[in-house]
Amino acid sequence: MTLGPCATAAFSAKLPASLRVGFDLVQISRIAGSIEQFGNRFTHRLFTQGERDYAHSGEGLYAERLAARFAAKEATIKALRLSEAGIGWREIEVCKLQDGGCAVALHGRTAELAKGMGLDQIALSLSHDGDYAGAFVTALYRSSDPTSLI
Amino acid sequence: MNTTEKVEAQIRTVLRDHGRLNKNVELLDSDTDLYQAGMTSHASVNVMLALEGAFDVEFPDHMLKRNVFNSIQSIRSALSELTTT
Repeated sequence: MTLGPCATAAFSAKLPASLRVGFDLVQISRIAGSIEQFGNRFTHRLFTQGERDYAHSGEGLYAERLAARFAAKEATIKALRLSEAGIGWREIEVCKLQDGGCAVALHGRTAELAKGMGLDQIALSLSHDGDYAGAFVTALYRSSDPTSLI
Repeated sequence: MNTTEKVEAQIRTVLRDHGRLNKNVELLDSDTDLYQAGMTSHASVNVMLALEGAFDVEFPDHMLKRNVFNSIQSIRSALSELTTT
């Protein structure tokens, strides 16, 4: 039996059309290199004050935390399919929750676009190991065909 | 070397230094897909910041699109738009 669009797959899970995912993986040392090379032009362009403050709060974790947040922003762009929308990175913010988890907050035009697409919920999972940080974003839409709403 | 060629040469220098491409930048066609040539989303940010420094421009949010940094040609068009406005 084969389910889904990939004809060669022996089995692929059938996901609801209202669900989209995005994943991104970043090399932490390369983010550290960007910080070193471009300084505030890099950090202030990509990260909100809150994200920078949180990254600074962990001794020796600055690049690691910003790398995870960069991955989260890219994963969100993928999940929401906003790569051609022309949005600023700071409109996608990773917020630290009281329970230790993280969540994505959308601001400005990005929030408006997401609302227009019928975004209902967005969930984030971050991880890092060694020199890599990754983020996985799940977006759940009210509409069964979010592309028709873009 | 005319102005267009100088701009393209500067773009290639930025791509060589920051694009992390898996191909020789000098051998790329102007319309070669840079993402297919190995440029990651993070590398494209470095390319954008380096272009801003090299050409004394700033890419506004509405130009932060994948297709703006998709090729040497598309970067040249974006820079042209930024330097004539």
